[in-house]
Amino acid sequence: MKFERYGIGIAKGLTVTMRNLLRRRITTQYPEQRLTVSRRTRGNELVWSKEKCTGCATCAKTCPQGVIHIVTSPGEENSYEVEEFEVDTGYCISCGLCVEACPYDALYMSYAFELARYRRGELVLSRNDMLIENKQASAYFRPEISETLPEQELLIDRKE
Amino acid sequence: MMVVPNITADAFRHFAPVASDWPGNEWWHWLVFTVIIIVFILVMVIIFIYLERRIIAWFAARIGPNRTGPFGVFQNIAAALKLLLKEGVNPTNADILIFWLAPIVVFAPVIAVFAVVPFQDGALLKDLNIGILFVIAISSISTIGVFMAGWSSGNKYSMLGAMRMIAAVVSYEIPVVLALAGVVMLAGSLSLNDIVVAQERVPFILLQPLGFLLLFVGGCAEINRSPFDLMEADSELVAGFHTEYSGIKWAMFFLGEFGEMVVMATLIATLFLGGWQGPGLPPWLWLLIKIFIVDFVMIWTRATLPRVRIDQLMALAWKFMFPLALVNLIVTAIQVLAWPDALPLYVIPINWVITVMLVLLGSKLFKLGWGRVEV
Amino acid sequence: MQLRTEPFVLNIGPVHPSTHGVFRMRATLDGEVVVDLEPVFGYLHRGIEKLAEERTYSGVIPLTDRLDYVASITNNLAYVLAVEKLAGITVPERAEYIRVITSEMQRIAAHLVSVGSFLNDAGAYFTPFLYMYRERENIVDLFDMLCGQRLLYSYMRIGGVSQDLPDEFLPALRKFIPHMRSRINEYDWLLKENEILLARAKGVGILPRETAISIGASGPVLRGCGVKWDLRKADPYSIYDRFEFDIPTGIQGDCYDRYRVRVEEMRQSLRILEQAVEQIPAGEIRGDVPQLVRPPAGEAYAHVEGPTGEVGFHVVSDGSIAPYRCHIRAPSLMNLTALKDMIVGWKVQDLILIFGSFAITMGEVDR
Repeated sequence: MKFERYGIGIAKGLTVTMRNLLRRRITTQYPEQRLTVSRRTRGNELVWSKEKCTGCATCAKTCPQGVIHIVTSPGEENSYEVEEFEVDTGYCISCGLCVEACPYDALYMSYAFELARYRRGELVLSRNDMLIENKQASAYFRPEISETLPEQELLIDRKE
Repeated sequence: MMVVPNITADAFRHFAPVASDWPGNEWWHWLVFTVIIIVFILVMVIIFIYLERRIIAWFAARIGPNRTGPFGVFQNIAAALKLLLKEGVNPTNADILIFWLAPIVVFAPVIAVFAVVPFQDGALLKDLNIGILFVIAISSISTIGVFMAGWSSGNKYSMLGAMRMIAAVVSYEIPVVLALAGVVMLAGSLSLNDIVVAQERVPFILLQPLGFLLLFVGGCAEINRSPFDLMEADSELVAGFHTEYSGIKWAMFFLGEFGEMVVMATLIATLFLGGWQGPGLPPWLWLLIKIFIVDFVMIWTRATLPRVRIDQLMALAWKFMFPLALVNLIVTAIQVLAWPDALPLYVIPINWVITVMLVLLGSKLFKLGWGRVEV
Repeated sequence: MQLRTEPFVLNIGPVHPSTHGVFRMRATLDGEVVVDLEPVFGYLHRGIEKLAEERTYSGVIPLTDRLDYVASITNNLAYVLAVEKLAGITVPERAEYIRVITSEMQRIAAHLVSVGSFLNDAGAYFTPFLYMYRERENIVDLFDMLCGQRLLYSYMRIGGVSQDLPDEFLPALRKFIPHMRSRINEYDWLLKENEILLARAKGVGILPRETAISIGASGPVLRGCGVKWDLRKADPYSIYDRFEFDIPTGIQGDCYDRYRVRVEEMRQSLRILEQAVEQIPAGEIRGDVPQLVRPPAGEAYAHVEGPTGEVGFHVVSDGSIAPYRCHIRAPSLMNLTALKDMIVGWKVQDLILIFGSFAITMGEVDR
């Protein structure tokens, strides 16, 4: 090190670290303190509305990972009955393309993010696991439910 | 008729502590202080590690350990328990005997150093009349342990770290010793207790600012503190000489490392900040407070500064600190000769001016070599 | 006098604290001096180019996220630009603005990571790194608000972007710009003039101008050598010709120059953001693009100035719903080809520093 400036640079650095020592820390102690996540959170899970779904399988075709498995049978009055609808969230990359592709707005990303499981098999969601009645849907690509969700907490809004 | 000298009285006269307010010379004195020192080191190391983790976290805008116990104070005890129970892995290429001995060689001298550190007037294990020499000599032994660890691990990262360590310690020993010599001249004694007593009027940091600076920087380099932590250099050498260690053997290195830090902080506090001297509070508390202040500054620099390169490390020792230390020594010698009894107080501003001028001049003249080597 | 020792081989990586992923360097050392270096790639190869051939055009977008995962948006942008060029799709005005805003936010975020990890490689124990991550967190928050994820955004779509900006986005961004500007100044105080950093990085790892141009280096690595080459000015894609900004360049192409170029680029990005936030019009955010894009047979190449350099996608179509071939020009890989020449003769510590100054992402190098 050439002390061209006689150590002024080092002294400046020390003042910055000291200022940061006295600054409020931004860390959130996760399990006790929680931040509200974005309204558009793409949780690693899908939420499905049974009423709106027509079984067109556009989602299954769009999925880049091919994790959506859907089996339909012809029902009454020119419609299809969804017999099987399975999503292997273990392979899901949460890209949200299926939600965008759904022409009937029957599929939602999930708002939940604590979805760790002990076994791989438990990651495969079947029809009843995804029903919108039991799950909180996220506003990803569904701006109409955006207002029902709490506003995201931003770091920039927090006091120093 | 043969004269049988009174061995006990004679022998102990020279070794007896200069003690005034502590009853030395009793059998329980040794026992009490041996226990006190070992407990002191272990407790201080645990406190130092806790402070290090906590304060460096604060500097780095984090929180630090805060889960185990109130404010996370038991985190290190939990870590120590974990390390005790952990499997000790021996690498295939290791030289097992040396591999096992190295942590002991690193840790033992750290405890031994405290034999001469006074906690109060005369309250020390043994007031050796060669106190500082003892400290320097003993604390250098742990370098051998480091090299043993680096060599015996059979790992190239360890070897590189150990080589850097040897180079750094050998180089920095010289300016550090020269800086200490100034203090010794001022106090007129090598005994740490006498040095502290001599600081009753004014701590030596005021009389010897350059010596303090040199000891602080050199001390940081000797105990692998950032910005001179090349021998561990987590971003380069993974963990340096203790890459291959695990479990309790690794814990010994860690203890040794932080023990050295305690030693260095204590040494600086004793030699320059007036040791146990201070108004109001009990002496041992003053010593502790001063140790923690030095520790805080060390953590502060660690949190701020990047690491130097090995050739820059050597250049700093030989081209910058060594000449300054020599000049400091000469200036101190002249002052001590001029005022043999006690230095008058107006020497303080003179010494500060000299220090600033020397540092500026040294900075001006200090040049680094070209870092690249043609191959 | 030269003291020579027996050279020995030090294997750095693939798992090492400073290899930024899984990169391996086989360094031959003479004492501390590196006399030879052999980079070994491929530990993170996932075959993204091949995978792209069996997905629909829009299905490739999530894959591009996983190239340079600290700068997903610019990868997305390069890919969708290539497909739009191929299929002749025009993008609405507002979507263009959103693309610019997100790209510049991404550039700041990626440069923060690069600068932080560079300083961490220099040995400044995690402090600058965490400061940078703290600021990056602001941007990540905004991205989270925008597209629901914090790292792999998949935000760009062929013909626009996936969703419109939420109402609270622009106010938050307006608050962020001055905040970030003051923080950049603060971090310049921290280490810009630090003697140790100057000694470590100035004059270390010099990449000569001619070499940089001939190997096809781009981004801060090229601009650090003093070459004023930025695709945003040289070949303005999207609507970059509407904004006023400078191209910061270095002087001699050493590690310190590369670090400074990154910091200055963050300032320029903030300038662009300021202008874009003022100018952004209302309107559509996505052109009329079918679910399955079928571009006519042919090929197209589009490139953008990513944080690490020129990110290019060469997409070949055979008229079906999936690309026939999708080649990715990864800037990190191109830049890394200069590694050996720059490192030989320096010490082990410089090796880490020089490598860190490239700020590569292994996801992009190995693909």
